[in-house]
Amino acid sequence: MNIYAYIVAGVLVVLGGVGIARSRDLVHAIVCLSVSQSGTYVLLLAIGFQQGAAAPVFGSTSKPTKNVVDPVVQAMTLTDIVVSATVTALLLALAIQIAKTHGTVDPDELTALEG
Amino acid sequence: MSRSLRWVVLGVGVAGIGVVLLLAFLGMPDFGSTHHPYRDLAVPAAVRHGTANVVSSVNFDQRAIDTLGEETILFGSVLAVAALLRPADDEEQQQDPGSRVPLQATRLFGYVLMPLTLVVGIDIVVHGHVTPGGGFQGGVVLATGLHLLYVAGRYRSMERLRPMPLVEVSEAAGTAAFAALGFAGIGVTGSFLANVLPPGSFGQLFSAGAVPLFNVAVGLAVASGCVVMLAKFFEQVFLVRNEGDGR
Repeated sequence: MNIYAYIVAGVLVVLGGVGIARSRDLVHAIVCLSVSQSGTYVLLLAIGFQQGAAAPVFGSTSKPTKNVVDPVVQAMTLTDIVVSATVTALLLALAIQIAKTHGTVDPDELTALEG
Repeated sequence: MSRSLRWVVLGVGVAGIGVVLLLAFLGMPDFGSTHHPYRDLAVPAAVRHGTANVVSSVNFDQRAIDTLGEETILFGSVLAVAALLRPADDEEQQQDPGSRVPLQATRLFGYVLMPLTLVVGIDIVVHGHVTPGGGFQGGVVLATGLHLLYVAGRYRSMERLRPMPLVEVSEAAGTAAFAALGFAGIGVTGSFLANVLPPGSFGQLFSAGAVPLFNVAVGLAVASGCVVMLAKFFEQVFLVRNEGDGR
């Protein structure tokens, strides 16, 4: 049984989470969230992988065959990446606003709720 | 919560998640095995609809409702970034952004690669159903190509090349076109997002039914969305706060 790729995915997710928890900078926390999400890409692609199989794209020379890696998880990974990119942009915009209104991006110093 | 207590909570949480993940991984199908039930259903379905790129078929035909959701997330994020990053009352646009001139080699790089990247981006969008690629990937390439002008130190030219009102409209139009294609499915077959066009000949440009149209709609929305978001971030860089402000 070979679960090495799954372990890599799990480690990435957990490391990202640890990074967020010990973060002293909101931008650092946002990058850590991206690291955590990359773990989910690795997990999805690892689930769809098949030893020696081709990519799920056919052409005039490669006739359709079922001997390809799983296209469904690849499509999900694409969705995952798009969502990750947009959420990162949104969080960075929030970080800019927080830096403007509070003068700091250290989560530990952001204690009070402020309008 | 004190810092040391936070470490304890974090340690317990990480250990717990680690154990749960490990147990789950041990019960999963072998890595690289031949057991892929979804693949066995998705590949014949894609071939039936004449789509050579099975991933595109999954995204824009078999599970298009998911992609509509994804598209909506993108649209919502662009709206939110635009709303969050609008200039405040006490901020002004600086007059001369990007007055620093980059290295000549960098400028040459920008000038040469910008048209090339735009062509590659269009190619990736249009051929998304026959080769690896599609609207999302091609849209990002298109937005990147445009911003190579900024790398080349021509921020003003880039601004002229992307008139913001037009880009904002095309972002909305791309998203609306996706939904309209969905309603076309209701009109023709009675099912939302059904592939209503004939599948065409496998592996050719005109194949896969409505998938190329979905790709173009998404490409338009993603390219414009990226441009809008980056424009808002650029504005922030070039904003100056007026004097006499307390905070």
